[in-house]
Amino acid sequence: MTVTGARVTGSALDRVDGPEKVTGRARYAYEHRPRDVAYAVPVQAAIARGEVVDVDVDAVLQWPGVIAAMWHGNAPRLAPSAAAELAVLQSRQVAYRGQYVAVVVAETYEQACEAARLLRVQYEERPHDVALRVDHPGMYRPDHVNPDYPTDSSLGDPEAALASAAVVVDATYATPAEHHNPMEPHAAVAVWEEGGLTVHDSTQGASGLRATIAPLFGMPPDRVRIVSPYVGGGFGSKGKAHPHVVLAALAAKQVGRPVKLAVTRQQMFAVTGYRTPTVQRVRLGADGDGRLVAITHEAFEQTSTISEFAEQTTVATRMMYAAPHRHTSHRLVRLDVPTPTWMRAPGEAPGMFALESAMDELAVACGVDPVELRVRNDPERDPESGLPFSSRNLVACLREGARRFGWHERDPRPGIRRRGRVLVGTGVASSTYPAYRVASRASARAEPDGRFTVRIAAADIGTGARTVLTQLAADALAVPPERVRVEVGDSALPKASTAGGSMGTASWGTAVVRACEALMDELARHGGAVPPPGLSAEADTAQEVRGQRKLARHAYGAQFAEVGVDVDTGEVRVLRLLGVFAAGRILNPKTARSQFIGGMTMGMSMALLEESVLDREFGDYLNHDLAQYHLATCADVRDIEAAWVEEDDPDLNPMGSKGIGEIGIVGTAAAIASAVHHATGVRVRDLPIRLDKLVG
Amino acid sequence: MNGEANTIRGDAAAPAPITSDLRLSVNKDVHPITVDTRETLLDTLRERLDLTGSKKGCDHGQCGACTVLVDGRRVKSCLTLTVTVDDREITTIEGLAGGDSPHPLQEAFIEYDAFQCGYCTPGQLCSAVGMLAEAQDGWPSAVSEGDGPVVLDEEEIRERMSGNLCRCGAYPNIVEAIRRVAP
Repeated sequence: MTVTGARVTGSALDRVDGPEKVTGRARYAYEHRPRDVAYAVPVQAAIARGEVVDVDVDAVLQWPGVIAAMWHGNAPRLAPSAAAELAVLQSRQVAYRGQYVAVVVAETYEQACEAARLLRVQYEERPHDVALRVDHPGMYRPDHVNPDYPTDSSLGDPEAALASAAVVVDATYATPAEHHNPMEPHAAVAVWEEGGLTVHDSTQGASGLRATIAPLFGMPPDRVRIVSPYVGGGFGSKGKAHPHVVLAALAAKQVGRPVKLAVTRQQMFAVTGYRTPTVQRVRLGADGDGRLVAITHEAFEQTSTISEFAEQTTVATRMMYAAPHRHTSHRLVRLDVPTPTWMRAPGEAPGMFALESAMDELAVACGVDPVELRVRNDPERDPESGLPFSSRNLVACLREGARRFGWHERDPRPGIRRRGRVLVGTGVASSTYPAYRVASRASARAEPDGRFTVRIAAADIGTGARTVLTQLAADALAVPPERVRVEVGDSALPKASTAGGSMGTASWGTAVVRACEALMDELARHGGAVPPPGLSAEADTAQEVRGQRKLARHAYGAQFAEVGVDVDTGEVRVLRLLGVFAAGRILNPKTARSQFIGGMTMGMSMALLEESVLDREFGDYLNHDLAQYHLATCADVRDIEAAWVEEDDPDLNPMGSKGIGEIGIVGTAAAIASAVHHATGVRVRDLPIRLDKLVG
Repeated sequence: MNGEANTIRGDAAAPAPITSDLRLSVNKDVHPITVDTRETLLDTLRERLDLTGSKKGCDHGQCGACTVLVDGRRVKSCLTLTVTVDDREITTIEGLAGGDSPHPLQEAFIEYDAFQCGYCTPGQLCSAVGMLAEAQDGWPSAVSEGDGPVVLDEEEIRERMSGNLCRCGAYPNIVEAIRRVAP
């Protein structure tokens, strides 16, 4: 960076949007109230498969305040789209229970709710199939897995190597469907004016959403504006366009007024995405010292009948450990269910639960310490691609974590440590996440009053992006952060990538730094003086990103857990959780620690609590609210700490940073499950670790 | 297959909404207002008074994002019908600060990074204010021992703040921020 000495980046700057958030001034999507706004409440399919025969629109139009009721029979037509989930009210077909089949618009929210509740929908129901099973005849091999990884991979002869290995672990693991449940439910406020559409939506990517929505309404992207300055969490569920945005825009178009549409917490379980359930078979073959000779990892997952999402469950296994013989695969089945989507560390989170649990089983089988086992199998290069790592400090994380956690005192024997009514155990697991970076644009502007404005259609969904980009800009412009204002969350700003894949800072940061550098050059050309109208510069990182060296770029970490298990009830409490990460340069230790701890907390929640329970009879999720879908609460999180090892990696981006939004969740569940095994002797291979799996 | 919930009741003549005239006192401002009796306090605040600081996370009293203070006690505004609070003093996040100076908890939440996305934050803050008052008044929690004065250690704070979910996982920072302000 053209910086006189980076002073702000790397410091624990308070969140720049903190004052707005603690005073309630920060306005989230639904909180925009255009003049003459009407309220839209959607109606969801009460069958899992079949057809909508008729909707009694006329009856609800008699109700006070009701302005319109729309279904396939009277809705405006959209342009055909490849995204079948977004073709809202465009067909009579019902592909899953909870799919939108109608919407009611009324003067008040109460009137719209009542009318939606009473709207009579006639269906022709057909039998449905919603249960994922490995031997499902519909299992198929997708063309690729998210985002564009090969479906399968093979090296050497794993079957022969397993047959002759001294020690073999062959185990099947399962993870349930999980829902993101960001605290802010999805919502959209749609306004048509002067032939264009503005949507206040809660989204992780304003530019991407605009590009998806505009063609549906037959418009060029510049006629659509997505505004989303504050987003109440996303975790992937706000990464892609969801049908409520289309429904709100359709409803607003139909009634000729602005329309607000809030997806309720219950509705979110069907219409805003979820993590696919998985079944995973892992086989590890090793010599007597635990050196791996073979690794195979096969995943079985689901998608919907209308759209394919193939999660990359086994991709992390391709580069975690050295072994000459390897195989990974993904198989998918189309069921009468909603389409799954990205959820925090899609692929890595469920996949590493299986791989790291199997590694713990191998450690037990070989009598090798689980930390030592991982150190012993650390590869020199990416074992499948052969590419060098830009940096890889998994071993440093394991060693540092072991030191901080007091791991060396561990007695490996399971089920022997009892404190009162509680059995105590410890576990460890590796963590990892790729260091992606994609193209983005940004602009930087010098104002005559000495202030600077940086603009980029990035999203701060709670990650601290606004704060870190402010720090980066301040250093690149060599001014204190108070003089820099960063504007994000609006598709009218320079086009940027979606907040996903832990690549926000890498992608947007590059663009912001380059725009600020260009502005500094402009300023120099003006002799350092800002002319009266101000001075602007822009950057587009497409070429820089395209030109980067081909390397294996990943962040790594080590998760350590101590649990206490009640001997009578089987209740598991996480007594201690420590994560040590190697993720490039840490740009803001305060917000970074929050990100790591937040991810680890979600990992703890995944290990012990989270499970969307499918009702096979009706085809939807039984526990579709926050009283029944359990998230970790304040009382669940006791002693939790995140630390990091210094990592200097010049092959990443101008900041030297790797993404940190997702790595915290990866490996946590395996560390906890292994700690539960160490405490009790019971190996739980299907999440979550419920009481009934430990007692009886 | 039509469930009962999807069937129009009786004849098609729909009854008009039943309304009630109130004087709602919010953050010491009195609002004369006519409300639909089905309206929750949360919706009145957000949709009618444009006080959008109180958040709707679940609308079922399961997440705490809508927490406000009614006569100084924490209440879930999504479970409170507006018609029931016309003679009460309501305090929302917008009224927490004293004039221009922020409430000490608001400052501590920023200093200890006790939030990420910020959506649960107004509820956490109102809940914390109410919780401190409860502890001050000697209300025990599930983890309190004996009948003596409440000592707000980490365990007490965690227990008493567990009605407010934070999906970003800022809990340890929330506890730390409250500890710094607690007497």
